[in-house]
Amino acid sequence: MSASMSTSSSPSAPSIISIRDLKKAYGTFTVLHGIDLDIAEGEVVCVIGPSGSGKSTLIRCINHLEAFSPDSTITVDGIRVAPGKALAKVRAEVGMVFQSFNLFPHMTVLKNVMLAPMRVRGTTKTEAERKARDLLARVGIAEQAEKYPGQLSGGQQQRVAIARALAMEPRVLLFDEPTSSLDPEMVGEVLDVMRKLAGTGVTMIIVTHEMGFARQVADRVIFMDGGRLVEAGTPARIFDNPAEERTRNFLRAVLNH
Amino acid sequence: MNLINTFFNMQVLADSLPQLLWGLVVTLQIGVTSILCGLAGGLFLAIARLYAPAFFKLLIRIYIDIFRSIPLLVLLIVVYYALPFVGIRLSPFLSAVTALSLVSAAYTAEIFRAGIEAIPHGQFEASAALGLSNKDTMIDVILPQAIRIVIPPLTNNCINVMKDTALASVVAMPDLLKQATQAQALSANPTPLIGAAIIYVMLLWPMVAIVARLEKHFARGKR
Ligand SMILES: Nc1ncnc2c1ncn2[C@@H]1O[C@H](COP(=O)(O)OP(=O)(O)OP(=O)(O)O)[C@@H](O)[C@H]1O
Ligand SMILES: [Mg+2]
Repeated sequence: MSASMSTSSSPSAPSIISIRDLKKAYGTFTVLHGIDLDIAEGEVVCVIGPSGSGKSTLIRCINHLEAFSPDSTITVDGIRVAPGKALAKVRAEVGMVFQSFNLFPHMTVLKNVMLAPMRVRGTTKTEAERKARDLLARVGIAEQAEKYPGQLSGGQQQRVAIARALAMEPRVLLFDEPTSSLDPEMVGEVLDVMRKLAGTGVTMIIVTHEMGFARQVADRVIFMDGGRLVEAGTPARIFDNPAEERTRNFLRAVLNH
Repeated sequence: MNLINTFFNMQVLADSLPQLLWGLVVTLQIGVTSILCGLAGGLFLAIARLYAPAFFKLLIRIYIDIFRSIPLLVLLIVVYYALPFVGIRLSPFLSAVTALSLVSAAYTAEIFRAGIEAIPHGQFEASAALGLSNKDTMIDVILPQAIRIVIPPLTNNCINVMKDTALASVVAMPDLLKQATQAQALSANPTPLIGAAIIYVMLLWPMVAIVARLEKHFARGKR
């Protein structure tokens, strides 16, 4: 293990995600310039950085929603992320929560949460329903189970999306700006759910503009700019004592309004 | 009075009605078989076009474009009169069903493609992120949403297939139109043709009305 790398986590914990020289381009436009990153099991990592810096692209490569350069490697729990049969295994272990929820609008909330365990894990209907109701209670919307996504508020929909991802019992959860499309009064309820999750041992990678949340919940904060991982460290180090000029400029810009 | 005796001769109509109804049965057999084959073929083409390797995608596109360009009557005559020269001899019924299905599948594929493309990309991404297979994504997530969008144009296509069954009379298929022309020749009176026209309208009018209602319904559901 490359414990010498500035971006790897404490060498004691085994890494569940390992990213080596991750490169991604759209035609001639390079979006990621070779990123190295190890993430430990149970770690909570917040990714911050200006718009267009490649944050979404980085986490979308982890479950191969974006294809990346064939010279790059990403492994999740030892499985190499690449098109083919192994990808289904990776995706079963890696849940994702999107900025725009992406719930299935033609199914009830309950069915949204039950679908993947039944289809992918072969869970029985009774068991899937029991677990779905359990999860909906955990995210505080048990009483909305029979409603359709369109009948819920944004905050409720995002909590359903979290329950849907959790239903697969993933080892890793990816969040891409989960509160960015919410009305301000609903941001708190979603962050609360995520804060509770952070204590459960699931590995979380969160792209966010919520600096207060990142400072409070993250084990490690990663700052990206221009498709590069500029620096990584504990929230206290990144927020109070950033080493890089670019980090300082970014933080000054976002914290000063 | 003379006009009524010519065009709406009740005696002629009564005499020819059994023949016309047999024709209707044949028309329905050709129409329904072609609609079902066209639906299955079109759905297959639309999904294959989504997931197949680039080369097959191109083939499918070429198929769709060709069969949407060729006049159905020309295709039917090619199938019935030209294919025997290369040893493929289809009965009138099979010729009609083949021609109608080939064309209907091309239109249906386009309808399904438009319906699938209308589903937001996030639905595919959410399904992929959950680990659903392509098949489960289609069956559980995409098609149930696309079906609302495609039902009005699909019904329209069914109407067109039903209408086009009348072309089968040129390959000696005893369908509704053929029976009517024969009855007309026999009785030296055009009433059977009028009768056939009325039967076509009675068959298709409800479908036309349903499409209109569905289109209104879905247009309202959108907002
Ligand atoms: N499909 C695409 N085609 C071309 N360029 C793209 C595409 N998707 C993203 N990009 C570009 O890739 C770069 C990184 O995008 P990405 O979405 O990862 O940024 P981000 O850090 O998540 O930004 P934001 O904070 O706005 O979400 C941007 O410059 C963007 O314009
Ligand atoms: Mg983004």
